[in-house]
This record gives sequence, structure tokens and C-alpha cells, in this order.
Amino acid sequence: MQILQLKETVAFMSYRKIAMIFSALLMIASIASLATNKLNFGLDFTGGTLIEVGFEQAADLKKIRQVMADNGFDDAKVQFYGSSRDVVIRLGLREDVKAEMLGNEVLAILESGSGQKVDMRRIEFVGASVGDELAEQGGLAMLTALICILVYVAFRFEWRFAVGSVVALFHDVLLTLGLFSVLQLEFDLTVLAAILAVIGYSLNDTIVVSDRIRENFRKIREGQAENVINISLTQTLSRTFITSITTLLVLAALFFRGGELIHGFATALLFGVFVGTYSSIYVASLVALALGISREDLIPEVIEKEGEDQEIMTP
Amino acid sequence: MVAFIVAIGALYATPNLYGEDPAVQVSGLRGVEANVATLDTIKANLTDNNIAFTGIVLENGQVLTRFNNTEDQLKARDVLDDKLGKKYSVALNLTPATPDWLAVIGGTPMKLGLDLSGGVSFLMEVNMKEAINKAKVGMVSDFRGDLRNEKIRYRSVKEDGNAIVVKFRKVEDLEKAQSLLKKRYRDLLLRTDEDTLTINAQMTDQMLKEIREYALQQNITIIRNRVNELGVAEPLVQRQGKKHIVIELPGVQDTAKAKEILNATATIEFRLVDTEGDLSAAINGRIPASSILLKEKDGKPILLKKRIMLTGDHITDAKSGFDEYSRPQVNISLDSAGGSKMSNGTKSNIGKPMATVFIEYKPTDRRDPEGNLIFEKVQEVISVATIQSRLGKSFRITGAGSQTEAHNLALLLRAGALIAPITIVEERTVGPTLGAENVQLGFQAILMGFGLVFIFMIIYYRAFGVVANMALGANLVLIIGVMSLIPGATLTLPGMAGIVLTVGMAVDANVLIFERIREEIREGKSIQQAIHQGYDAAFSTIIDANITTLIAALILFAVGTGPVKGFAVTLSIGILTSMFTSVIGTRAVVNAVWGGKSLKKLSI
Repeated sequence: MQILQLKETVAFMSYRKIAMIFSALLMIASIASLATNKLNFGLDFTGGTLIEVGFEQAADLKKIRQVMADNGFDDAKVQFYGSSRDVVIRLGLREDVKAEMLGNEVLAILESGSGQKVDMRRIEFVGASVGDELAEQGGLAMLTALICILVYVAFRFEWRFAVGSVVALFHDVLLTLGLFSVLQLEFDLTVLAAILAVIGYSLNDTIVVSDRIRENFRKIREGQAENVINISLTQTLSRTFITSITTLLVLAALFFRGGELIHGFATALLFGVFVGTYSSIYVASLVALALGISREDLIPEVIEKEGEDQEIMTP
Repeated sequence: MVAFIVAIGALYATPNLYGEDPAVQVSGLRGVEANVATLDTIKANLTDNNIAFTGIVLENGQVLTRFNNTEDQLKARDVLDDKLGKKYSVALNLTPATPDWLAVIGGTPMKLGLDLSGGVSFLMEVNMKEAINKAKVGMVSDFRGDLRNEKIRYRSVKEDGNAIVVKFRKVEDLEKAQSLLKKRYRDLLLRTDEDTLTINAQMTDQMLKEIREYALQQNITIIRNRVNELGVAEPLVQRQGKKHIVIELPGVQDTAKAKEILNATATIEFRLVDTEGDLSAAINGRIPASSILLKEKDGKPILLKKRIMLTGDHITDAKSGFDEYSRPQVNISLDSAGGSKMSNGTKSNIGKPMATVFIEYKPTDRRDPEGNLIFEKVQEVISVATIQSRLGKSFRITGAGSQTEAHNLALLLRAGALIAPITIVEERTVGPTLGAENVQLGFQAILMGFGLVFIFMIIYYRAFGVVANMALGANLVLIIGVMSLIPGATLTLPGMAGIVLTVGMAVDANVLIFERIREEIREGKSIQQAIHQGYDAAFSTIIDANITTLIAALILFAVGTGPVKGFAVTLSIGILTSMFTSVIGTRAVVNAVWGGKSLKKLSI
């Protein structure tokens, strides 16, 4: 079976202006949203207390809010979590109560307030200093990853490809962050992990395409750089699609079956893989082309050197 | 070769198929180790109470007894807790039911993270500022003592930043002091200024580093002791970074008790009560220069001498018991340095009252400009006792109140005096129901993702799809096998997500190869040539693509904590095993099935 049967080379690069404008618009929108809406940082980064409880019967959120407010927790954010029997209560950092004793206190309040047996499912408390450190560490991790990858790709391929792939990665990360900002989805540690996985995935795609471009520059003697890139993209297109499909299939499994805790994780990856597929076709090659990639850059000079050696050896 | 490696992977993955046995773990507290005698006592007690057990072993100073069901396990816990007394902790445990022949070759099931097994984890931060402060205060008093002992007269000894400044009246004193200090404190950078008659002793960076390191290590040791007193099976106490300690207590649901004990970041000081000072004047603000005003437990103010007789870090043991009149008392043992300090301090003060000051550091929500938490020092006099005789290495405090209070006092004294206070900065509790649910969800997601990819590959690549699926299955087995083999690897929910993701991405290598083979066939190459070229051409691409992903995964592992780390572990392992199965593994199968035959058509 085959999904794509392309007889002719698709002129990907002739749409580059549209792609460029499209990407630029999305990136600007992401930056604008990040600047105005910011990210909805989860407990991992903001600090505070989160209590997840399970009730025997469907819970009445209004009543829970009332009970919490009556006991002095008027800043409590009460939400359903996955089902109408699971409730998550979020509290900010507070000065008056010992924060780490809060969870048990809230449990007691809920039990007496609702008259139901309350099942403690999860209590998380994160102090403010930890959050700052994590944010710092997370940013650092992303930067280190990008730099290491830049170095590796520059070493294995050529600096134009390296810049192209890092720009593509940056594009993917920015758009994924933008999505989380626009939809105000919670950004926690697992989402950060997902974004780093997006980097890995998108890179995988970009490398495969770059590899083929390099190969074709060597094989196809005539033709413009643009044409060679088009041929390469066409040749790798069905692989790009199939891998995206299998990855999206498993991510869908995670998204629908993985439970609430990794919902954010699955969302970030689903979107990231989608964007990553697009960016490996357009962003990475486009940047390499714009930087003036040509056959001379990729044909190794080793062959000539070998020839020289031989001449010296046989005078 | 391929079959052999996959078989080994499968072998080490099998312990995960066996469940867990309910067990009771008995371990000694504070230096006591469970031994053969303990084992016999446990056996005898269980037989006396007609509790059936399936196995009992002595390992690493712990006795582990296995039971058929949780009912027996609970009964046994109650019986043993009652009979063995305070020297041992009795904890419920779940022990892997790995058969002996597997255990012998090192087969163990994967360790489950707290999000899957349920339990509580804490992240504690050590207050390094206070550690350095204490070191400075200690050094100031050491300087004074040394100078006084050598009869060198000085004007003042003060701390100034990370330095101690000593001022003198005469040049001779300055010179004498300089040679003395140089000899005694080799780690300090001494600068002498003869014009102002001062010596400036600067702490070196190396020294500051050592102080911080020691504070962290001491806290870890003390926390280990405290955690042992909680009687939790398989607790984990580990440093994380420069000033954090991770504590994981699997299976603990009642976190309140755990926190109380962990959070009691206390130090103890013994001081003489200032009986001559005017208490009412002090309350009105006129505190004598050599005294401090503190409060007793009931809120009554009390005037104490500023000089500390002894700090709590000299305490080696403290036990509660009863004196000859059956009143609760606390027996305290000191190390030898502490013994001589105590002896010196009490010899001329017999008959005078001595106070035990309990100092607690409570974290506030305020921070200093460097972003560190500010701690509030809360001092409380927990006992005042009259010195009956010259005290030495061991002494006792009577009149500590009720038996429970004596017990608590002993626990506080014994838990050791921390050099630097610590505070819980993060806490995560996962209930047992959520843990079990997470295991189920993760398992379902893996199965479903696996199934979907399986079906897709067969539809799309037919016979070659089957080969790719074999590789995928082998890959899953290898991941589980490797995870079980590596001692530090823990499976978490994000880790399970990592496995799911690997399943999706692992077929990429096969997709690359198969697409290439199709291409070569389209170009008119013979089948055998196409297979050969397909593998060769795709190989370097696969390596490049996987290495870059591995870089990202390894960085995640290096900087990540908690959930991120769990994800990075399975992702890295998955990348490595998938390269093996999908390139070398499928090649072997393809060669065995299609190799060496002249084929007209290929099922791809």
C-alpha cells in the first residue's frame, strides 16, 4: 500500500514566500501571546499547594468553594479533574499556615464539609524557590540542547544546515509555547519534557531531509539548489508522512488513554510533531537555501586530496 | 547474535511478570542491627501466634518475612511491633516475588516511581547561609579561647563578611597572635596590618565549600536516622544539586507524622540560667549585656547567660526512661569533647539551674536579595534543671514533665543538632488508588499505541511490516529488560509516556529503510540489490537522526528532576535499543527470509 504516489517532483520551494509569511505570522502571534497572556505556569513553577481528591458521588464545586471560603481559603481554585468525582483544589503560597501542613488540613475540611468520605489522591506542595530554580534549569536545558545539536549538525553536515535546523527547532518550540499561551493550558514540568522531546523529534525529521539533500547534491550534477531541494523533499515526503502518522497514532493513544496527568504532555507533543513535520519541510530547508547552500559546500574535498597524494607517491 | 541479545533482554524482563508478596521488614534503629537472634525471635513470635509465613531471610541487617496474604501481614506487623520493642522498626513492605533462579542471576523487577506506587516525596533545602554563619561564630569563640589560653591580650574579635577581624593594643601581642593563628588555622588567609594593629583572617573559597558540603552531608545523615525512625520500607534519601535533599517514602500515606519529624530542624544549646540579673527590668527592655531573655514552654520569661555551655552537636545519644522515683527522665550521652566542655562548665556551678534551649528555624515566605528563603529563629527553653553535681560525658535531665514529653525531648535531642537548618520546599503525595490507576492508564496507553502502530505497519508494508513489528516487540522487551537491569532506573508515568513515544518513533528507522528499498525497486534495481542498498543508504541517516535525539534525551536526563528524568531514562534507553532492533534486528530477519533467493516481487 502507498499513500503518496508522486510521479513528479513537487515544487515545494516555489511556495516558499507563502510558507515564510505563514511561519512569520504564527511566530509573531506566539510571541505576542506569550508577551500579553504569558504562560499559565503550573504548580511546578509557581509554587503553592495542589490537592486532588476523589469523592464517592459527583462533587458539587460550588459547595466545595463555599466550604473552603468559610475556612479562610478564599483564594482556592476548585476544578473538576477528568471526571465529576475528581476535584483539584489549588492554593497559592501563604504566610500564615505552615504550607506543608495545608494538604491534611484541607482534607479534613472537605470531609467534614461534604459529609462524604474523601479519598486523598494526590497532594503537591512546591515552595517558591524551587519554582524559580526549575524555570532557570528548564531554560538552561533547552539552550544547552540547542547548542549541542547546532555543534553536532555543523560538524556532520554544514553550518547552513545547522542554522537551518536550529531555526526550525526554535520555530517549533516557539509555536508550541504559543499554543499553550493562547489556550492558557497549564505549563508544568511534563510539558517542558514534551517540548524537549519535540526538539528531538523535529530534529530527527530535519536530519533525514538534510541528509537526502546532501546526497542529491552529490548525485545530481546539474540543476539549481532549489531544484535539488525540491527533489529531496519529494523523495523523503512519504517517509515523513508515515513516521508522523505512526507517532501521531501513539500520541493519540496517550492523549485519550494516558489519563489527566499526562494530558498536557500529550497535547504538547501532538502539536509539536505536527509543527515539526511542517518545519522540516519548509523552515529548515528554506533557511539553508536562503543562506545560499550550493553543491560546492557539500562535496567533500577528500577525493582531490587523495589524488594529490597519489601524484606525490608516483613521481 | 540478535536472538541471543533479545533472549537475554527477555530473561531480565521476566521478573516483572511475577507479582509482589506482602512482607514485613524489621530493621534495627540507631546502631542496632537485626541479627540471627532477631530472626529467631521473629520466627518464634509468629509461630506462637499461628501466623503462617512463606519465607524469612536476614539481609543487610534487616529481617524480611513474606506472607501469603495481607491479612497475615498486618497481624504479624502488630505482633512484632508489640514484642520487639523500641530498638527495631517494623514496616509493611511489598517484596518482589522473583523466583530464586532469576534472583541469583540478578533479575529484579523495575522499580516503580512514587507516582505509580503511591507514597510521598519531599525536597528539602539546606540553609547554607546559616551554616556559614555558625562556622564564623564558632571561629570567633575559638579565637578568643586560643588567645586567652596563650595569655595574648586583644581588644576585640569580630566577624566581618567572610572574615574574622582581631584587634590588638600592642604590636607584641599582634605578632604573637599572628604566629599562633598561623599555626592553628592553616586554611585561613591571614593578613596583618601593623598600623591599625589588626589581623584579618579570611575564609578561603575552599573552606566555604567544605562547610557547605559538610552541612549537606550532616543533614543527609541525620535525615536518614530520622527516616529510619519512621519505619518505612525502602526509603530513599539522596542529595540533589548543591543544597537540596530528596526524600522518598514509598507507601507512606500519613504524611503529617513524617513531616513533623523531618521538619523538626532543631538545634539544642545548654545555657546557665542568669539568677542574678533583674528579670522584671529585662522584661522592660533593660537586658544585662551578658544575658538573653527567652521564654519557657508555658510562655514565662526567663533570663539566661549569653555564653553557651554546650551545643547539641556533641550529643551522641538521648533516651527517655524513669528515675528511681518512677519519674520520667532523659539520659544524655556526649562525645569526649562535649564531656570535657560540660565538665568545665558545670564544676563551679553546682546547685545552679541549667536551661536546655531548643532552637527551631521556621521558614518564612520572605527571601533575601539572593533569592534564598529567610528563616525565623524561634528559641524556646524546653527544660530547666538544677545541676546536682559536676557533669561529664553522660548525665540526665529529670523533671521533664510527662512520659510523652520526656520521650519527645529525647527524640529531639537525639535527632541530633543540625549545623544548618533545613526546610521542606517541595512535597508530593500520591494516594494508593491514583498510583494503581496510573499504572493501569500507562499500561493501556502503551498497549493501544503499540496495537495501532502494529496494524498500520502490516497494512502499509505487508510482509516487511511484520518484520518491523517483530523489531518493535523485541524493542519493548529490551527496554523493560534494560530498565530492570539498571539499578537506578525507575519507571514513572512520564517514563511510560516515553516508552509509548519510543514505540512511535522506533518504526521510523524501518520506514526509512523500507521507503528506500521501494525507491530502489522503482528505479529498476534487482530485489536483492534494492534490499542491500536500502539498508546501506538509510544507515547513516538513521545514525545521525538518532544521535541528535539522544543528545536531547541525555541533556534532559542531566538537568531534569522527577518526572522529566523518568521520561529521559526511557527515551534514551528506547533510542539505543530501537537502533539495534530496527537496523540490525530486521536485517537479520530479512536476510534469513529473503536472502540469497532470486525474487521477482517483494511484499513491501
